Amino acid sequence: MESKLTNEQVLTALREQFGDAVGQEEQTTDHYLNVYVTAESVHAMIEWLYAHGEFKVQFLTNITGIHFPDNDEDQKMVIVYHLHSLQNNFRLRLKAYLPIENPSIHTITDIFSAANWLERETYDFFGINFVNHPNLTRILNEDSMDYFPMRKEYHLEDETRQDKDNRFFGR
Amino acid sequence: MGKITAEGNVEAINYEGFQLTRLDTVIGAARSNSLWPLPFATSCCGIEYMASMAPNYDIARFGMERMSFSPRQADLLIVAGTISKKLAPVLRQVYEQMSEPKWVLSVGACASSGGIFDTYSVLQGIDRVIPVDVYVPGCPPRPEQIIDGIMNIQALVKHESLRRRYSPEYKDLLDNYNIENDIDGK
Ligand code: SF4
Repeated sequence: MESKLTNEQVLTALREQFGDAVGQEEQTTDHYLNVYVTAESVHAMIEWLYAHGEFKVQFLTNITGIHFPDNDEDQKMVIVYHLHSLQNNFRLRLKAYLPIENPSIHTITDIFSAANWLERETYDFFGINFVNHPNLTRILNEDSMDYFPMRKEYHLEDETRQDKDNRFFGR
Repeated sequence: MGKITAEGNVEAINYEGFQLTRLDTVIGAARSNSLWPLPFATSCCGIEYMASMAPNYDIARFGMERMSFSPRQADLLIVAGTISKKLAPVLRQVYEQMSEPKWVLSVGACASSGGIFDTYSVLQGIDRVIPVDVYVPGCPPRPEQIIDGIMNIQALVKHESLRRRYSPEYKDLLDNYNIENDIDGK
């Protein structure tokens, strides 16, 4: 089904409201609005989109992170918000760069209660710190885990296994 | 005198109405033919285990009519499926709650070695947290293989010495896994 809103319409409105905080748009094959914004403005932006009379972006689909180990020091982590306006059948993604040293961002649990577990998951796997989150603890991995497994410096494979000789696996 | 027969190396004397044999043989036979399994089934292998329970393969034929979902009343822990590291303490607790004598059957590649899930979140074999008696290979093993594993367990049960659970070797085994026990090992 066609969306009642166009990407340009929403992007222009965002630019008018938030000015330089809205960065470049990224083209993706799914044609959703995909835009980089500054980390400080994310909370205000989501709140604004939620309360907007026409856009009504009132559904949070997902929050996740990405680790880009080859980026500049302050752009190594990316946080991604997938948002959905059910009434307009319009989806968008907001992305923000965070520094790897201290990836902190304000929680959006005050806007979406659904963000609670999603932010815990993002903390669990990427170590992103959500300021003012009511209970920022690991959600899926065991509590004793001492690293963030989706960061690329950690091996996906279990390192305690001794029966895997790399020579037999061609690596 | 009645007929004297030798079964294994146990001599049995048959009079009409009774038979003489060794106590541990009787207990072994009774135990092995009335095992109460506790299915700890977590994923695809669990489905295969359910097939073994259902009428086509019917492990009730081996004296396992009743699945015990309470560890207190179970003597055979059947672990079928992927065990994540987060689940490992739970599995261990279930094992500790079972009373002696108890046996463990590890069904499938995942339970035995982590299987295809060589990853940070999956336990690389349940023998890292509890002792295992019989491993069944396969991904998933067919019900015939599971039954074969169960029959191997039965053979173990039938021939286990009544003193094994008090032996220093058994104490060492449990100590190895840091499982609390009150065996004095003498
Ligand atoms: S061994 Fe294979 S079939 Fe069994 S639980 Fe693992 S992945 Fe599933």
